[in-house]
Amino acid sequence: MLQTTTHSAVAVSAAPTVPPSEKTGRTARARRRSNPAVRRERRAGLAMAAPAALLLILFLIIPVLLAFGLSFSNARLISPNPPRLVGIDNFLRAFSDPVFLRSTLNTFVFAAVVVPVQAGLGLLLAVLVNQKIRGVTAFRVIFFIPVVTSIVVVSILWKFMYQPDGLINSFIDSITFGAWQGTAWLNDPNTALGAIIVLSIWQAVGFHMLIWLSGLQTIPEELYEAARMDGASSWQQFANVTWPGLRSTMVFVLVTITIAALGLFVQIDVMTQGGPVNSTSTLVYQAVRKGYREQEIGYGAAISLIFFVLVLIVSVVQRYLTRDKED
Amino acid sequence: MKRRSLPVMVSLCAASALALTACGQAGQGGGSGDGPIELTMWTHSAGNPAELEVYDKIITDFNASQDEYEVVEEAFPQGAYNDAITAAAAANDLPCLLDMDGPIMPNWAWAGYIQPLDLPASITDELLPTAVGTYQDEIYSAGYWDAALSIFARKSVLDANGIRIPTVDEPWTIDEFDAALATLQSAGYATPLDIGAEDTGEWWSYAYSPMLQSAGGDEIDRDSMLSADGALNGPEAVDFFTWFQNAFKKGWTSSAGTIGNQEFVDDEVALSYTGVWNALASIEAVGDDLLILPPPDFGTGPKIGGGSWQWGISSSCNSPEGARAYLEFSFKDEYLAEFADKQIVIPATAGAEAQSLHFKEGGDLRPFVELSQKFALARPETPAYPVISSTFEKAAKDIMNGADVQSTLDGAVQEIDANIESNDGYGF
Amino acid sequence: MTTLTRNISEVRRSNLGERQLRRRRRTWTYLAMAALAAFFLFPLVFMFVSSLKPDGQILSDSDSIRAFLPVGDISLDNYAGVFDRVPVAQFMFNSIFVTVSIVGLGLVVNSMCGFALSRLQWKGRGLVLALIIATLIIPFETIAVPMVYWVSKLPTLVFEDGLLKYDFGWLNTYQVQIIPFVANAFSIFLFTQYFSTIPKSIDEAARIDGAGWFTIYRRIIVPLSGPAFATVAILTFLPAWNSYLWPLMVVQQEELRPVMVGMQYFFQLNTAWGEVMAYTSMITLPVLVVFLAFQRAFVSSVAASGVKG
Repeated sequence: MLQTTTHSAVAVSAAPTVPPSEKTGRTARARRRSNPAVRRERRAGLAMAAPAALLLILFLIIPVLLAFGLSFSNARLISPNPPRLVGIDNFLRAFSDPVFLRSTLNTFVFAAVVVPVQAGLGLLLAVLVNQKIRGVTAFRVIFFIPVVTSIVVVSILWKFMYQPDGLINSFIDSITFGAWQGTAWLNDPNTALGAIIVLSIWQAVGFHMLIWLSGLQTIPEELYEAARMDGASSWQQFANVTWPGLRSTMVFVLVTITIAALGLFVQIDVMTQGGPVNSTSTLVYQAVRKGYREQEIGYGAAISLIFFVLVLIVSVVQRYLTRDKED
Repeated sequence: MKRRSLPVMVSLCAASALALTACGQAGQGGGSGDGPIELTMWTHSAGNPAELEVYDKIITDFNASQDEYEVVEEAFPQGAYNDAITAAAAANDLPCLLDMDGPIMPNWAWAGYIQPLDLPASITDELLPTAVGTYQDEIYSAGYWDAALSIFARKSVLDANGIRIPTVDEPWTIDEFDAALATLQSAGYATPLDIGAEDTGEWWSYAYSPMLQSAGGDEIDRDSMLSADGALNGPEAVDFFTWFQNAFKKGWTSSAGTIGNQEFVDDEVALSYTGVWNALASIEAVGDDLLILPPPDFGTGPKIGGGSWQWGISSSCNSPEGARAYLEFSFKDEYLAEFADKQIVIPATAGAEAQSLHFKEGGDLRPFVELSQKFALARPETPAYPVISSTFEKAAKDIMNGADVQSTLDGAVQEIDANIESNDGYGF
Repeated sequence: MTTLTRNISEVRRSNLGERQLRRRRRTWTYLAMAALAAFFLFPLVFMFVSSLKPDGQILSDSDSIRAFLPVGDISLDNYAGVFDRVPVAQFMFNSIFVTVSIVGLGLVVNSMCGFALSRLQWKGRGLVLALIIATLIIPFETIAVPMVYWVSKLPTLVFEDGLLKYDFGWLNTYQVQIIPFVANAFSIFLFTQYFSTIPKSIDEAARIDGAGWFTIYRRIIVPLSGPAFATVAILTFLPAWNSYLWPLMVVQQEELRPVMVGMQYFFQLNTAWGEVMAYTSMITLPVLVVFLAFQRAFVSSVAASGVKG
């Protein structure tokens, strides 16, 4: 992190009592344990984390555990037959289910395209709207408008526009002077996922622009001034000042896009229901279709669990790749 | 003092929570006893003022006619209704009276969520056969109306292109239908037929499984109800779905456009496969030129889907007698006629037909009554139906989009059979 | 002499070039932003313009530039139709109440948790942080069904016959739409990240002055974290306002339904497209207003905070 510019009185008065560094020795730790201030700190920490932790346990962990239990049974949402434990049958079924396998592939293809493109476009937009020029606020708002529009609404609108004789095709037709005919985007297994990728990026990129922007605004103007005095070009300023200053923002952006992308559901539910020929089915969509709509909640829960594990692996790999190399 | 505020707050909360448990559980003891028994009722009609108006009238009349029961209505939007019911069933929170789409009834009956209707035979015998839901020889549901699909056309267009106008006794054969579509296409209709493929959900099974049945196939073997093998993937089924695929490939129809009948009204399509509910608007737009035609004969005579929304009583109902009293009260010809004219659906009794403006002998929508009487066929009455319907929709859409017919149908059969097996045959 | 004049003119020329260059770059920037603006706006213009047209015309206009122009049979009929079909005011109130509650409670609960995780030393802190980050991966759809079952069993407080009593089952309440969404792993993560960029020395100084941890949180850290609060507010506002699947499953009474469930009222046997567009325009507007308000706070609080990462 960058050095704090010690303008504020608080920061100045803090200088004499520099806290012990993170890598405290054993003796220091022993001293801390006996210290009543340390005990108070521990109590305060627990108490302040407690409300959120408790709510997360109640409304996230417990339902997940319920799903975990269900995944080893043949439980159905509506059935007079009592559920039976079936061991790992549901998991075996999943791995021999072509629709499940296709859904896994689609989910990762979607994420592999959306994560870099959306993060990159978001940064580009953020740099554009971070300039001090007239009217920039209006553009910020405009780029953010799709984000505040409900994804259900957005999906309905785009489905309308993707029709063979819809807006998108008549636009393509007119800018290429009829040289290139559009297709029925959502009805062709080769284009449906791509069409959904475009609309998903369109809808969400404004949000990540905002996150990048908040990162950009924490970079002190003095650093740019210094760089300019050293004769750095715009690109050099970006590479040497902006990008290093955006580290933690980047981690946040990547994590949020990845998780959102892997959880793709609403667009599929509204626009294609997994079709044509499973080309847009995703893991979450398949879990809901099986577990809720077709009421095989045991199998649906198993798909959900496999999904959690896959996402966890991706997150761990991602964290490893974006870790602070200096540590 | 200030520093302690947080732990103090926490312990206060804990203490008050403990104290409250001493207050006693709500609804335990001290019941109110006197007032009328409340009967909760769910409909799928939110956002449909015409239909709600009739329900409001029946409920008001019923509540005023006696003081033992009071019906309280809750309306849901149709697109969300089944999701809401499934959730309520999972949470064991179903209302007393609920309406349901006909084919889903056996599933709910099998699961024990609804109980036999036990209405007097004098009421149920009068109803159209497809307005009564029967499962394992017991009546579980009954409806005020049925719907019917037909092919809308303009007489002037058919005449101009030399296409024979089919009748109920002599419908189009599939070859005639194909020839008509080809003729209309060359006459300038880019896609001559609006078959409704832009819709999703139950529509697919409702609209296209009768065509499959007309061709000699089915969604399941109705004798055993245990397997779809041979019915959904036999040679007749393959023939039908090959036709279905080709109709899209040749551009005779498409999955574009919007749900409803606007394309027909605008004369962008020559034929429209759609329901009675769109008929009145089409008459207004097209006038005397409008033809209401039977669907084509794919081999074993035309078929149309029967079984619309019907009423049932939940097993958890606090007063089944009250629910029955309400339903008995509601099956009056005048109410049925009013539903029919406001909703534009076929009334379920002959008496209501006579009272209906549109469906009486000589009424402008009378042809639908004939279609329904002659060709209506209920969807398979098995608890496996939700899975059958969803599998059918997925397979049909894949075929529409170019998937191999035989292997897609084989896959669908496999999925349905696996589901039936995992549910121990659903009691068959 | 000659060298001097040459130097001066060179400088002048390069100055001129730079100014020209800057101006040209600014023009390009505006052009790029305008093109992007068109790209981001066109579906919404389509939505709003269509809300003024009858259904048939929306369809026939949809393949040309007319889709974006308020031409033809323009009226507010669709808006009138919306009010006939849906109790708009009630749904709006419900959504505002639920959303404001989720955002308000969420800011308090999650920022406290983020504070404890980023600035306090306590045993188990690392584990809790790791667990919270792990819960980020759970999409709500996958646990919705077990959740319905679970909240239908939870105890709750009710007023009955003038007494406070307890009962079981959260279905058909406001709380079932609010409480499960108050704690939010994303928000906690964001607060933790942001708070850890504020120098720890501030806390130590305040400790010496005798401030308790809660006071440090409330009087020092919160006022310094405007951008984080604004971001989290926007972040949690959107899903709360747009929630659809959950209220559908747990709320049966019409009086408690939020705006998104109201959308379904227009998808009858035939979709009333004009009214759909009118309704979506109406429910998108409040969100835009909130964003406009917050985006100013968001920017100005950065400038005012005096602490830079």
